[in-house]
Amino acid sequence: MVRIKTLSLALALAAASFSLDLTAHAQNSTETPVPARQSWSFAGPFGTYDSAQLQRGFKVFREVCSNCHQASMLAFRDLADPEGPGFSEAQVKTLAASYQVHDLDDAGQPVDRPGQPSDIFPWNYPNEAAAAATLGKSPPDMSFLAKARGIEVGFPRFIFDALPIPGGMYQEDGPDYIYALLNGYTKPDDRNWTLYFPGNHIAMASPLDQIIDPQTNKLLDDKFYTDGTPVTREQVARDVTSFLMWMSEPELETRKKVGFRVMAFLIVFAGLLYGVKKRVWSDVHGGAAGAEG
Amino acid sequence: MSGPSTYVPKSAFGRWLESRLPIISLVHGSFIAFPVPRNLNYWWTFGAILSFMLVSQIVTGIVLTMHYTPEATMAFNSVEHIMRDVNFGWLVRYVHSNGSSMFFIAVYIHMFRGLYYGSYKAPREVLWILGVIIYLLMMATAFMGYVLPWGQLSFWGATVITSLFTAIPIFGNAIAMWLWGGYAIGNPTLNRFFSLHYLLPFMIAGVVVLHVWALHVVGQNNPAGVEVKSVERDTLHFTPYATVKDAFALVCFLIFYAWFVFYIPNYLGEADNYIKANPLQTPARIVPEWYLLPFYAILRAIPNKLLGVVALFGAIAVLAFLPWLDTSRVKSARFRPAYRVFFWLFVASCIGLGYLGSQEPTGVYVVAARILGFYYFAFFLVVMPLLGLFETPKPVPSSIADSVLGKGGSASAMSAGTAAGPQTKG
Repeated sequence: MVRIKTLSLALALAAASFSLDLTAHAQNSTETPVPARQSWSFAGPFGTYDSAQLQRGFKVFREVCSNCHQASMLAFRDLADPEGPGFSEAQVKTLAASYQVHDLDDAGQPVDRPGQPSDIFPWNYPNEAAAAATLGKSPPDMSFLAKARGIEVGFPRFIFDALPIPGGMYQEDGPDYIYALLNGYTKPDDRNWTLYFPGNHIAMASPLDQIIDPQTNKLLDDKFYTDGTPVTREQVARDVTSFLMWMSEPELETRKKVGFRVMAFLIVFAGLLYGVKKRVWSDVHGGAAGAEG
Repeated sequence: MSGPSTYVPKSAFGRWLESRLPIISLVHGSFIAFPVPRNLNYWWTFGAILSFMLVSQIVTGIVLTMHYTPEATMAFNSVEHIMRDVNFGWLVRYVHSNGSSMFFIAVYIHMFRGLYYGSYKAPREVLWILGVIIYLLMMATAFMGYVLPWGQLSFWGATVITSLFTAIPIFGNAIAMWLWGGYAIGNPTLNRFFSLHYLLPFMIAGVVVLHVWALHVVGQNNPAGVEVKSVERDTLHFTPYATVKDAFALVCFLIFYAWFVFYIPNYLGEADNYIKANPLQTPARIVPEWYLLPFYAILRAIPNKLLGVVALFGAIAVLAFLPWLDTSRVKSARFRPAYRVFFWLFVASCIGLGYLGSQEPTGVYVVAARILGFYYFAFFLVVMPLLGLFETPKPVPSSIADSVLGKGGSASAMSAGTAAGPQTKG
């Protein structure tokens, strides 16, 4: 027994020193910094989207992002989602009608017609190859972008991110990354350089430069936001990232609301079952033997 | 061990049916009057949890199939369509995708429980081997299911795993091409994986029937690891005792499951799989789902591809030989102090291999994977055969009833029994 204990202790020590080595190794291999965690309205078990913020984010998406990016899963009608941007039906109809949508007429001939709420948000390019030919690289589809990006948080943080503890339950790595990337264009002379992109060189020139002049830090459009929200790089990045998150997970608010009810039900149900179990088993130990005797 | 069926049909119809198809007495004998050892602890509730998971996966899977399109250019979008446009599609899809992880969490607990309490030993060898077959089918099903959303990791994960077959000498490439239905992973691969992903769960269900049948012939093992001697003294009826305990454990498990589904549904997945599969762009990091990571680590720890593949499959195949590799006459680790140490080291090495499988196979990580992989095999091939010869086990209680009620048996057996059962009222 003594030998076994010594052996297991030795192994444990070896494992411990080993894990230190691993940590050191992991830190050396990091090239880009880990994006900082932001406070998002949609984080946590009771998180909800802020409709006003999503409407501002949509403005950024529409006027900046959608010049190059597609959103293949976004229909105009989705923008009326009360658990999303919450535009009115009339606003959505007007918005859709302001776009010309490619379609085929009854004779099978290509026509352009005014958009309808059920149409997918139009893209400036007929397909990815055409976008790549013009832009150098086809920009990623924005419908899923916020959940298609992540951060390697490593051990042991990835465990805490799952747990229902303060600072845990964290699922917002994608938005953190996008927010950091948008604000990571720190070189005034190289607008295709961002701190958080692997390799730093990114095909997308700083998109926020289309709203705020990078040299003078002046607004290019004085009335970019009409609801009084200050137009800063941080604010614009936060708004558009929230909008991207909504596009990626439009069901998030419903999911968390349903989840609360399901959890409450299951916890009460478990409590009741525990009571029943205790009662059923109360006569077992000693009781059964007694019955025999 | 299936106790005498005490079922007596009460109605005229019951008697009529009983003499033609005795299905009611079969159910009665299997799930109501079936005798279960009275000292089972909560680790024994995972059989019921796994049955629930299989049914849940099949039901949600059938619903998903109604809305999914198994075609390479449409599969990815059809999954997003389910998430957005199908009523409660997000719920069905997250229940299914997280369900595979929950299924594996439950099956790993179930397997480690079997390892700890020696549930694979005579007379339960066939029961155990059927379990290994279920596990193998589960891995195949889960792997093919992960390919269906046709994201980057679906595609590249499938590329890595199916390329393992190219390691086979002479026929390797031909076999891989036969699996792919072409020169690389593509639409034909997706089609056949979809077909098999729908088929295999029903094969699992078939083997589960055999598994339960075998269980009901030999009876359950128990924490004391001694066989039932007296049905009256050592066992309780399945219903209500095991039923209510299983139900409580299942609901607790569902709380854990619901936490993932509703609050962290993408935690166990990889962000890259929300990028549509692109054969021209290899992702920076290709990792399989977490439940395959220990085997992935073993594969990559070995520099030779063929030997790596052999080790990968060997790591699973060795489980089937467990009943004959373990030479100890004592079943439960409760009475095997040395085995306990090696067992927990084995659990730690599996977790360690899982972590290493998720990391880049470079430098110190490879060395670590080799050490842990070596221990993985040594545990089965060296420790288990030798330990039974050298270890001095503690005294084993003479019967299940004694281990619970404290007549005879060692003091440690007593205290261990206390932890197992609700004895406070005693």
